[in-house]
Amino acid sequence: MLIAWLIVLPLGWATLAWIAGPRRGAALAFGGVLVQTLLALALAREVAAHGPVAHAVGGWGAPLGIDLRADGLSALLIVLTQVVTLPLVLYTHAWLDAQDRDGAILWPLLGLLLAALHALFLSTDLFNLYVTLELLGLAAVALVASGGERAQLAAALRYLLASLVASGCYLLGVAIVYGVHGTVSLAALSAVLPAQPGTPTLLAGALMLIGLMIKTALFPFHAWLPAAHGSAAAPVSALLSALVVKASFYVILRLRLTVYTSWAEQLDWLPALLGGGAIVYGSWQALRAERLKMLIAYSTVAQLGYLFLLFPLLAVGEVALLAGALQILAHALAKAAMFAAAGIALLATGRDSVAGLASLAGALPLTWFAFGLAGMSLMGLPPSGGFLAKWLLIDAAIMREQWLMIVLVVASGLLAAAYVFRILSRAFRDAEHERAVALRRVPRSMEWVAFALAAASVLVGIEAGAIAELLGAGGVR
Amino acid sequence: MSSGLFYAILGCALFALGLAATLLLREALRRVLAFNVMGSGGFLVFVGLAQRDGVVDPVPQAMVLTGIVVAVAATALALALLRRLEQTDAHEP
Amino acid sequence: MNMSAALPLAALASSLLPGMVIFMLPEARSRTRTALNLASALTKLVLVVVMLFGVHAGHAYGFRHEVLPGVELAFEMDALALLFVTLSSGLWLLTTLYAIGYLEQSPHRNRFFGFFSLCVTATIGISMAANLFTFFVFYELLTLATYPLVAHRGTPQARRGAAIYLGYTLVGGALVLTGIIWLRSIAGPVEFTAGGALAAAGAEHQTGLRIAFALLVAGVGVKAALVPLHGWLPRAMVAPAPVSALLHAVAVVKAGAFGIVRIVFEVFGIEHAQALGVLGPLAVIAATTVIWGSLRALTQDELKRRLAFSTVSQVSYIALGVAIVGPQATIGGLVHLVHQGIMKITLFFCAGNYAETLGVHRVSEMNGIARRMPLTSVAFTLGALGMIGAPWTAGAVSKQWLTAGAEAAAMGWVTWVLTASSLLNAAYFLPIVYRAWCRRAPAAWPHEHIARQRWRETRWLLLLPPLVTAAATLGAGVLADAPMSPLTWVQLIAAREYGGAGP
Repeated sequence: MLIAWLIVLPLGWATLAWIAGPRRGAALAFGGVLVQTLLALALAREVAAHGPVAHAVGGWGAPLGIDLRADGLSALLIVLTQVVTLPLVLYTHAWLDAQDRDGAILWPLLGLLLAALHALFLSTDLFNLYVTLELLGLAAVALVASGGERAQLAAALRYLLASLVASGCYLLGVAIVYGVHGTVSLAALSAVLPAQPGTPTLLAGALMLIGLMIKTALFPFHAWLPAAHGSAAAPVSALLSALVVKASFYVILRLRLTVYTSWAEQLDWLPALLGGGAIVYGSWQALRAERLKMLIAYSTVAQLGYLFLLFPLLAVGEVALLAGALQILAHALAKAAMFAAAGIALLATGRDSVAGLASLAGALPLTWFAFGLAGMSLMGLPPSGGFLAKWLLIDAAIMREQWLMIVLVVASGLLAAAYVFRILSRAFRDAEHERAVALRRVPRSMEWVAFALAAASVLVGIEAGAIAELLGAGGVR
Repeated sequence: MSSGLFYAILGCALFALGLAATLLLREALRRVLAFNVMGSGGFLVFVGLAQRDGVVDPVPQAMVLTGIVVAVAATALALALLRRLEQTDAHEP
Repeated sequence: MNMSAALPLAALASSLLPGMVIFMLPEARSRTRTALNLASALTKLVLVVVMLFGVHAGHAYGFRHEVLPGVELAFEMDALALLFVTLSSGLWLLTTLYAIGYLEQSPHRNRFFGFFSLCVTATIGISMAANLFTFFVFYELLTLATYPLVAHRGTPQARRGAAIYLGYTLVGGALVLTGIIWLRSIAGPVEFTAGGALAAAGAEHQTGLRIAFALLVAGVGVKAALVPLHGWLPRAMVAPAPVSALLHAVAVVKAGAFGIVRIVFEVFGIEHAQALGVLGPLAVIAATTVIWGSLRALTQDELKRRLAFSTVSQVSYIALGVAIVGPQATIGGLVHLVHQGIMKITLFFCAGNYAETLGVHRVSEMNGIARRMPLTSVAFTLGALGMIGAPWTAGAVSKQWLTAGAEAAAMGWVTWVLTASSLLNAAYFLPIVYRAWCRRAPAAWPHEHIARQRWRETRWLLLLPPLVTAAATLGAGVLADAPMSPLTWVQLIAAREYGGAGP
């Protein structure tokens, strides 16, 4: 029952927010997300104690009905969604206020986004994953376009087309799988799929993988992401980089762990190779970026590549999965914090340039600290969550004797340091070189949100033990 | 070759055509149309392969109906974005 | 939580918490800031003294916390940790006083003192670390805390120097991380143990252990400024004098040297390291650094750069002492950790005084400066004599033990290196001393910021610290055999390491 509420509730307050208008939309959103947080935590506790929780929608089970299931990984990601969204709701409210903007459409879209995310994390069959992926994509595109500026509209259209192509490929894959095996349920497929599947199933797998890689913006399918995340409104970029791209990665992970298990091990090097390319390319572009939000968007491209390094290590077992989970958590929080801080910088200086950040550090030290802490997590410096993820990843890589991967992981930390310090070093400019820029007043609550998210990305490491327990008890593997 | 398989292959062909068009065409409206062709191709594959021993399987048909709804919503969003973009361009030449 | 866990954590918190408060303070509240700074420095010193007496009486202080399965954050106050912590806390108090005096009226003091406090927190964490993981965590924190200090002035040179510093130290950190994990894959999690945690490791992992040693030492060697990884040090001289003093005497360079000590003695174990054949190369690199640093120092006219290269040279005495097997060399190297800290900080305090009071940055501008600033120059002379190894100074004690150790280990060539280094030290320090005392002063100083007021040649906050440390230089030399002197302490540590085989 708990699970169903996680999907119904956001849909409910989204509809109410649409009817009630922007004033009450914010309050509804905040109340809704707050309740969702409590539900998510309750779910996590339930899963950690008693194992995976299942629920058939409307009482009708598969194959005709929809089965929902929360295991350790799903519960963890649902909790993450709330932890990232709750502060961002406050941030968005203050942000809209500061700009005297309406934001009427933001709250309902946010609700749809959350409903889609929850449904995605809880799905147990391929087709439901398709539907939720589409819903997520549409909500995300609409959010990008909601600002109304030309750049945002163009980026949204590009995002939409990429997303639709991806979903189309994915759908074809699902169609072929169903045609061959007669079921789309993950559980049934993992039982039925032989050790050496036939060509149609392989083709279907390839199609689904390509579709999902496009959605996750894995290099070289990343082209839509910098424009979309870089030109969207700051809170929207935060949600997109933190959560939306992780959803399709989750689907890839899920498929890899349940359906395409044994023989897929031979192909694990492919996503890892592309991931390595993503790290190098994304970091290089981040170093060259002139606009702050573009820099952060390219950083997302690089960090997503990092996640794909996980695949060859999955054979090691729990360590790799814990590393991946910690990396997702740390990156989501850190990226949300960075975009939040970028939004503050944009509000204060009126410009979105890296060069224009010089005057900010003195006036908005909290924002600066948020950048710094988030950067620490991205660089993988201790004692952040990103560092623990890196440590576990290297540990697993040594167990599998993947030396090149260790070099990549360490190098990615150094590359991240290069572009993070591009931003941070701006704080140290002496009076002669500092150009006095008139700064607009920024609501304190926005700064605190950025700082809280950044601190969370550093502190997530403290709960590493509980996370490991949740993943283990939840029976992900 | 059974009729189902024939339709499935046709569907794949449509999908490929639609995909190529979506990726290669320039104008946005045509790309949206191409996406619809792509989607239809996918649905055709679904329905075409949906016959089990001569008896029609209702599950994929239900899935295709859902898929059509999703495709309609996506097309609507794409068209709305196109219109908005055109309007914005018209205001600032 | 009982006392034995609370005290180490309190020592960390005593600079961490005030540091965070200082960040939040408005720039104008200088009294509050000064009060906080001094209070935290004094509290830390008191806590350290309490733990000192406690350890002397046989108590154990430590704290452990499991971060991940198999990965622990662990602190332990063993004798070596106490040595470094006492040095750091004492010198930090003096540097805080000096910094307050030096940075009067400077902008961004809350940022400076905030990171200052974080820097010391990181140093204390490094000294108390009981395993490689904890060591690494605080090692990287030190990098992050010192970067803003180097970049503080905000000029393009400062930012460039800071960027170079960051590049070097982050790469060093990456090497350490790789080394730690490599070691873990061979031998599991490594705790710092007297006699060496890996002493009993089997012969089958020889190459792996050698690679791990190379990675670890290279990584900490960046901060310890071993040639050819020393490039950041002269460039980091763009930082204000208190920062240079801190970096060279207390925090960064010493942390690197301390890391080498821990790795050789408590990770690998001295005999095991010798069996692996890694000590020879380390000795050669250290000796090269000793000579190279001194040679470069000869050609520097800028005073702080000359001192920087002198540091490069002198810190490698510690590495050299570590690389030679035998209790005497160990004692020489370890005691030089303390002595070099005291002497170098004196020199940097004095250099800062000259710059801040009279605008003198170069040796060529120092003619007759002793007449104008006698007290500072006395301190400088004592520090310089200590560096050369003149009798009755702390430097002489270290040199004596190092030489004896080299003889005992039949490494005669090291004695030549030490002698050559002393001569070179004389060559670049004595001319300065001569200029200061015996040449005639110019008509006007480059930029006299602070006027002389009877006996007070500069602000008393700038005078007091170098005089204290200069006295300590003399004291550590003359009173070397006293019960609680650095030398006696180090002899205790060496005895533990060699299993009771002390002189």
